[in-house]
Amino acid sequence: MNPSSLKSRFTTRFLRALTKINAHKPISSSSPGPGEIFQRYRRIKVAADKSMAYSVRSRRTWSRATLWRLRTRSPRSRLATHARRSWVKTRSTRAASHGKEKKEDGGTVEAEELRELVPGGEAMDLCNLLDETAHYIKCLTTQLDILDRQECTSREL
Amino acid sequence: MSSSRRSRSRQSGVPRITDDQLAHLVSKLQHLIPELRRSRSDKVAASKVLQETCDYIRSLRREVDDLSDRLSELLASTDMDSEQAAIMRSLLM
Repeated sequence: MNPSSLKSRFTTRFLRALTKINAHKPISSSSPGPGEIFQRYRRIKVAADKSMAYSVRSRRTWSRATLWRLRTRSPRSRLATHARRSWVKTRSTRAASHGKEKKEDGGTVEAEELRELVPGGEAMDLCNLLDETAHYIKCLTTQLDILDRQECTSREL
Repeated sequence: MSSSRRSRSRQSGVPRITDDQLAHLVSKLQHLIPELRRSRSDKVAASKVLQETCDYIRSLRREVDDLSDRLSELLASTDMDSEQAAIMRSLLM
């Protein structure tokens, strides 16, 4: 994947989201209270994850898992969450039996830990997990780079 | 125990992960992690690479969290349009 095009896709989406978030101005012109800032913080976090997942779309298991998680966040979709959990359980049972073949190498405990950190990791076999992790890390560092630049720019203005 | 697992039908057709494949993927990860990039000369154990990877992912997510937090305070007082232009400019530089 060309990092600069992922970067530009992410940046465009993220800036668009930030504009919307910033449009939520308080009724009074006084400085926003801590509750409002916390809401904004949460929206920015979601925007960052959403923008990244949408920039990668369905090309990766981790991005598909993130998009699913974002879509089924609302309490109305409890059914979807239950359906997903049983799907994950089936796949992870299958994946776990693959992973155990490499137990002699050591690192099964660490692999399980990694599975919890990478979205969708619980349903990946070891090979896919390592591959997806590498891509996930590249995307996280891109995300961080853009947020960092956004902060610097905001401070300068 | 493992032979009975292999005889189950859903295992058939699935290729075993080779040592080389695994080593390659682990090495790819190793090069992504700043902590391990420095000790490039020695081969690092897979379990250590995985452990460092977990720590690295957690620290990246923490940084994203912190930045989002700082941005939420900064954005309150910024005009988004000129900011957008400035960001795009800095990216294209």
